Amino acid sequence: MKKTYKIDVDCANCANKMEEAAKKTVGVADAAVNFMTLKMTVYFEDGADVKSVMQEVLKNCKKVESDCEIFL
Amino acid sequence: MNKKQKKVLFRILLAAVLIAAIEISGIKGTWKLILYLAPYLIIGYDILIKAAKGIRNLQPFDENFLMSVATVGAFLLGEYTEAAAVMLFYQIGELFQSYAVGKSRRNISALMDIRPDYANIEQADGSLEQVDPDEVEIGTVITVKPGEKIPIDGIITEGTTSLDTAALTGESVPREAAVGSEVLSGSINLSGLIRIRTTREFGESTASKILDLVENASSRKSRSENFITKFARIYTPAVCISALALALVPPVIRLLLGMSGDWSVWVYRALTFLVISCPCALVVSIPLTFFAGLGGAGREGILIKGSNYMETLSQVRHVVFDKTGTMTKGVFEVSGVHHNSMESGKLLELAAHAEAFSTHPISSSLRKAYGEEIDETRVSDVSEISGQGVTARVDDRTVAVGNSKLMQAVGSEWKDCHGVGTVVHAAVDGEYAGHILISDAVKPTAQAAIRALKDAGVERTTMLTGDAEKAADAVAADLGVDEVFSELLPADKVAKVEQFLTEAKGNGRLAFVGDGINDAPVLSRADVGIAMGALGSDAAIEAADVVLMDDDPLKIAKAIRISRKCIRIVYENIWFAIGIKILCLILGALGITNMWAAIFADTGVMVLAVLNAVRALRVKNL
Repeated sequence: MKKTYKIDVDCANCANKMEEAAKKTVGVADAAVNFMTLKMTVYFEDGADVKSVMQEVLKNCKKVESDCEIFL
Repeated sequence: MNKKQKKVLFRILLAAVLIAAIEISGIKGTWKLILYLAPYLIIGYDILIKAAKGIRNLQPFDENFLMSVATVGAFLLGEYTEAAAVMLFYQIGELFQSYAVGKSRRNISALMDIRPDYANIEQADGSLEQVDPDEVEIGTVITVKPGEKIPIDGIITEGTTSLDTAALTGESVPREAAVGSEVLSGSINLSGLIRIRTTREFGESTASKILDLVENASSRKSRSENFITKFARIYTPAVCISALALALVPPVIRLLLGMSGDWSVWVYRALTFLVISCPCALVVSIPLTFFAGLGGAGREGILIKGSNYMETLSQVRHVVFDKTGTMTKGVFEVSGVHHNSMESGKLLELAAHAEAFSTHPISSSLRKAYGEEIDETRVSDVSEISGQGVTARVDDRTVAVGNSKLMQAVGSEWKDCHGVGTVVHAAVDGEYAGHILISDAVKPTAQAAIRALKDAGVERTTMLTGDAEKAADAVAADLGVDEVFSELLPADKVAKVEQFLTEAKGNGRLAFVGDGINDAPVLSRADVGIAMGALGSDAAIEAADVVLMDDDPLKIAKAIRISRKCIRIVYENIWFAIGIKILCLILGALGITNMWAAIFADTGVMVLAVLNAVRALRVKNL
């Protein structure tokens, strides 16, 4: 399953950091952040609970880049 | 500027005024320290908070940490002005960077503007209801008013209009469309009200495909981006440890040698070292360059699926391309019927019927030349033989239509044609019935495109085609390509490309350009696959690494030049930033430089690198 979210982040490197953080979250099979369009695409693992996984993704992203936002 | 940027700007101005005021007032001692805390905290509180969060999350080594340690250290040494200035200039650099990003983003937003928000469906009472395009089923008739975007691919059933397809193809001249015309989502309806019967779902429509492609572009990282990420991961902790060593080792040695420790001198040098070494210029400018380069290419109708392909594209030395639809228009017209044993009209009729179910461009030109409705009930037992042609029963006669290989297969003698073009032989009931000459016009820019490739430093151009040798050679000579291989089956093309790939030596990469029909395997086999005018073909968009939105072969060279420029800027920035930093680091360690030079090495280099990065967006005149 794949979902796309709007995000807000200031610099291209911060976007890369968010991507790394999202990828490492449990329940996320893969993630891609597009700085150009300010979008995050998350590929969920089978059977993952999208809502709770995304809360974790947001938490992990905030850890590496406190200025970021994911509009869930 | 957005709200966030305005807030930062305000903080910068406020802090600058406060610093100036304190300097002018000439206050000394403890009061100076207390007064300086105000501008320092105003400008740097968020950096300090971020650094604290980083330490708490056990990921301390980033720019914020470097800046915080350096400025707090400077405060402790009594260098208040420097401490506040470091933060101030760091924020100016960041603001500048974020402004440049916003500017580039707006510049390329036209490409993003193709997302349709709704589709109009006419209700029983004649009113229009706006619905989510995702819910529109194939075959639904939707209404598009002037000024609206076409939400879903389809065919016009009512009305005539002109369409602005600039966002899709980069073509600025409006396209006329009438009943029966196929229209692509993402085009803007300029003049008349039209009704469209949809032929795809929203998710499969052109606009969605393109957006998908653009939005996923950044997930494929180039080697230089990966290098920077890895570099920053090792580099930042390394400079922190070096700075610590610089602050501790020399004084300790001096103490052991019986001299005074000179602690403040060495700590100051270590702090300068920290400020210089901040990797911002690199980590900010490299992704920004690719971001701008991909965006600039997109504006020219060149969609590159990722920065890694940009890198490969910049190293292309050998371009292999398909003939039909790539260098030629792919619109075939019957230009003659020769050696026919029956009336040419009758021969065309039989051939057109035999090819009634084929989607090959040759078949449609046969049907077009026949000019009348095809009666499919007259045709039976159709079998298509890949790379040869078609055999079928038409009106109880066995008709074989295809190339000389097919004639050989059905055991019919054939006669060669003197004209240039594709020769379609026909045999009826095993007897040779003549041949039909079909020619395809070379695209007007094809010649210039080959020259442009040579100018761009491509060493070898190769044309692969399934066509007959004669037709292929004529086109190749006309275009001026280096070599041509004709009469190839789709599988032969893959084999040829594989052969070229093993032959290739050194860094030269191979690009394959095709129009997407039957080319998917070759597109994915080449180092970089370029599909052109492929907006209708899902398989090509899927398989290609670069999609040229219009049919112009000149764009091949342009795509190469755009990626060269982008990669050149990336390397300029890498060498420039690392060079200046290493120079300043050495000077800083020797104590020749001071905090102010360090600020230049950090913020100044970052601003210059960002300015350089934004240049990648300017590709119009390449």
